[in-house]
Amino acid sequence: MTEQITFPQDRTCPYHPPTAYEPLAQSRPLSRITLYDGREVWIVTGHAAARELLVDQRLSTRRDRDGFPMTNARLAGVRDRRAALLGVDDPEHNTQRRMLIPSFTLKRTVALRPRIQETVDRLLDAMEAQGPPAELVSAFALPVPSMVICALLGVPYADHDFFENQSRRLLRGPEVADVLDARDQLEAYLDELIDRKQKDPGEGLLDELIHDQLRDGRVDRAELVSLALILLIAGHETTANMISLGTFTLLRHPEQLTQLRADPALMPTAVEELLRFLSIADGLLRSATEDIDIAGTTIRAGEGVVFATSVINRDGGTFPEPDALDWHRSARHHVAFGFGIHQCLGQNLARAEMEIALNALFARFPGLRLAAPAEEIPFKPGDTIQGMLELPVTWG
Amino acid sequence: MRGDISIDIDKDICIGAGQCALTAPKVFTQDDDGLSEVLPGRADGGGDPLLREAVRACPVGAIHLNGD
Repeated sequence: MTEQITFPQDRTCPYHPPTAYEPLAQSRPLSRITLYDGREVWIVTGHAAARELLVDQRLSTRRDRDGFPMTNARLAGVRDRRAALLGVDDPEHNTQRRMLIPSFTLKRTVALRPRIQETVDRLLDAMEAQGPPAELVSAFALPVPSMVICALLGVPYADHDFFENQSRRLLRGPEVADVLDARDQLEAYLDELIDRKQKDPGEGLLDELIHDQLRDGRVDRAELVSLALILLIAGHETTANMISLGTFTLLRHPEQLTQLRADPALMPTAVEELLRFLSIADGLLRSATEDIDIAGTTIRAGEGVVFATSVINRDGGTFPEPDALDWHRSARHHVAFGFGIHQCLGQNLARAEMEIALNALFARFPGLRLAAPAEEIPFKPGDTIQGMLELPVTWG
Repeated sequence: MRGDISIDIDKDICIGAGQCALTAPKVFTQDDDGLSEVLPGRADGGGDPLLREAVRACPVGAIHLNGD
């Protein structure tokens, strides 16, 4: 009996899966892991099996179900708190998602591009005026998606210090009490914002939801607050991590960066490849509501299932030479945004933000480089969304 | 034979991810509700080499090719 691998673990290099997951890659498409609380659950690591299981509605995302795999104490501490979209199954999920999808279509994203470009350019202007060095997470990677999601939702960007700090506590604690308190504070903030918007409507998705859905009772107040919470957090944290970690990865891959600079038309496929390569949301969580036969094994009703996207997206059967960063491969079918009904609602917006931000950043500062030794730059621990904690850069 | 294929979109299960329109923009678009829709005159896929990739990219399997 070999020793079971615990999940999650910290990455050794911020852009590669933890080296401790290597045995998981050897035992695709699924194996067993041990969670922080000692519980044993399934881990999916094969690409075909992941695609098959992520569309299987016998797997539930409700964390208040007994078999749901808790990957850390903070998550377990909020198991009974309401969570919109990702925390509900169909048909409830479908009703919520359909209210939102008109705001996240490709057409809407294309229409937002000039505004994203303007935001990016303004932040780069400020960096340039300030002069090198800079801390790229706070100067660029975080404010880009934060400003964009504020404009989209109709949340005042002036409040960004508050919601960025509380989002950080909600996602990373450190204690369960931090997570609970951060949730309470964010919910109270959004509830009060909805109050203000009811009296004095503005222009944003929250205003539309108040006007079209809340007023007619298609969504209740608590549900709207819960939706606003997930849109606000998912809208800035994830993309910020992709921009910071994407920049770090490019600076560590000078050959690929040179190719990209020589041919900016590569950027859309490069973004897809970075999504695959970095897999920042590493550990999608489900529990089985019925027995499911998969790859010659049976996942029993009530068992937990974890999808290790960093391992799935490096399945050599789908992505040859998976550990190479290659702009010329087809990375299209990665599961970095998930797959099935819960696939990321904001993925088209995220792609546009990444393309515009990375293009503009490297065009503005041709000499951009790390301002500290790469191995000394801190990145996020394994039990949260992956990304850089800080990114000191310089130029000129 | 391109004339033999017809595209069938199940709008009841479509989640508006837009992956079909992203992959094969000459065949698919999204309607005002954000749901997948075939562009006018493209009901047979127009011989687009990305048609099958678009079907595979759909996260919920909402697109089927008839007569394939």
